[in-house]
Amino acid sequence: MQHYSGFGLLKHALNFHENWQRVWRNPTPKKKYDVIIVGGGGHGLATAYYLAKEHGITNVAVIEKGYLGGGNTARNTTIVRSNYLWDEAAHLYEHAMKLWEGLSQDLNYNVMFSQRGVLNLGHTLQDMRDIERRVNANRLNGIDGEVLDTKQVQEIVPMMDCSANTRYPIMGASWQPRAGVARHDAVAWGFARAADALGVDLIQQTEVIDMVIEDGAITGVKTNRHGVISGDRVGCVVAGNSSVLANMAGFSLPLESHPLQALVSEPIKPILDTVVMSNHVHGYVSQSDKGDLVIGAGIDGYNGYGQRGSYPTIEHTVAAIIELFPMFSRVRMNRQWGGIVDTCPDACPIISDTPVENLFFNCGWGTGGFKATPGSGNVFAATLAKGEAHPLAKPFSMFRFHNGSLIDEHGAAGVAH
Amino acid sequence: MFYIYCPHCGEHREEEEFHAKGQAHLARPLDPDNCTDHEWGEYLYMRKNPRGLHHEIWIHATGCRKFFNMTRDTVSYEIKEVYKIGERPSVVAAS
Repeated sequence: MQHYSGFGLLKHALNFHENWQRVWRNPTPKKKYDVIIVGGGGHGLATAYYLAKEHGITNVAVIEKGYLGGGNTARNTTIVRSNYLWDEAAHLYEHAMKLWEGLSQDLNYNVMFSQRGVLNLGHTLQDMRDIERRVNANRLNGIDGEVLDTKQVQEIVPMMDCSANTRYPIMGASWQPRAGVARHDAVAWGFARAADALGVDLIQQTEVIDMVIEDGAITGVKTNRHGVISGDRVGCVVAGNSSVLANMAGFSLPLESHPLQALVSEPIKPILDTVVMSNHVHGYVSQSDKGDLVIGAGIDGYNGYGQRGSYPTIEHTVAAIIELFPMFSRVRMNRQWGGIVDTCPDACPIISDTPVENLFFNCGWGTGGFKATPGSGNVFAATLAKGEAHPLAKPFSMFRFHNGSLIDEHGAAGVAH
Repeated sequence: MFYIYCPHCGEHREEEEFHAKGQAHLARPLDPDNCTDHEWGEYLYMRKNPRGLHHEIWIHATGCRKFFNMTRDTVSYEIKEVYKIGERPSVVAAS
């Protein structure tokens, strides 16, 4: 792998940047792999990378039906935080946060991780009680967090309407200084490049159309372009299409796939140097390095695989942002899109073995998967390498929906999504 | 953006008047106390979540406030039919 550095950039500038290596190979798949990962998004590529790096398993294929990082990895609002309420979730997301903090160095790829802090606003007394409870829980789990009052919030975001004269006055916020944003595409590309360099085959434009299951154990996957590819273990990391793959393998998941929309404005001068989220008016906004405001809110309420949603949802999203930032009312929106998120009844992911032997699923991240990308890949790689759940992944078994040990993060975690 | 025919009101109305309420035709176990954990979990949480034709419940929330069923394609989003609670769908996926 060509090492990226400032010196390298200078050297290539002398050649008019004509001699850069290809970032990854485009291999023809082998007949058999130790591990097959279905889904070449951020989580799948991170899984492949950590399999090769930490577990020495390099005979790995990532099978992607489109192009790498073209699904939800390219469609989220790039927010990274770990201030979840319950221990199980907090540990998992904090594991990811620690990996984020060294990720650019680790991958030799600038993922533009910017710890600019995240505010979760409170607009009611109950909001503030929940925020205090959550921040206390976070601190007991070693996760940074502070409870701010209105004045402190106003100091961090001077142009937000923190007056008492609004419909939903801001009473305070939780503040996680280590949280922030990362460049979503770079995360996928960085993991892909690093995984490829360790020998992982990235197979694009290849869709899995069936599973090969013999005597209750998976032995491979059937694809549309390369026939059957065999694998000792198979890990599915396909977000919105998880139910479709589970169906092929003959079992159900407690997931519902919904469109989740986001939008960006035209680029404007730097105005917002942190991330503002509000559960109550339900919207979140940050500003990218390019200058556009990145805006999102909740899912469309109906099931959908169409990667697009309805206009009323956009209207609600924008109304929430204008409630917080009246000065944004005349900013023009530039682009809008949707991704398919696989929502779970308890708003927590599934990282689990399945009723089919040697088949594992990593799904159900719903609206909040991006922030977990390195952590999710890291624990799923360990799960695939050992054939049993990583300690951090154990509480997220799909069988919790049968034995009742759910992790109720819904609403409790300041999850404005 | 959906333009939905409410079978109770007998009129087309815009999507904002409605809420989707999830998979239709979920039969509650007749004797919940004697369900196994597996059966109860299946009923409570497991969903078909199909890519294609889907039968789902909607409510005309800011209209007549009544529930009804809909058959809809989850990829094209095309509404195939609406029918009242208790009725069976006439458009079904080829199995």
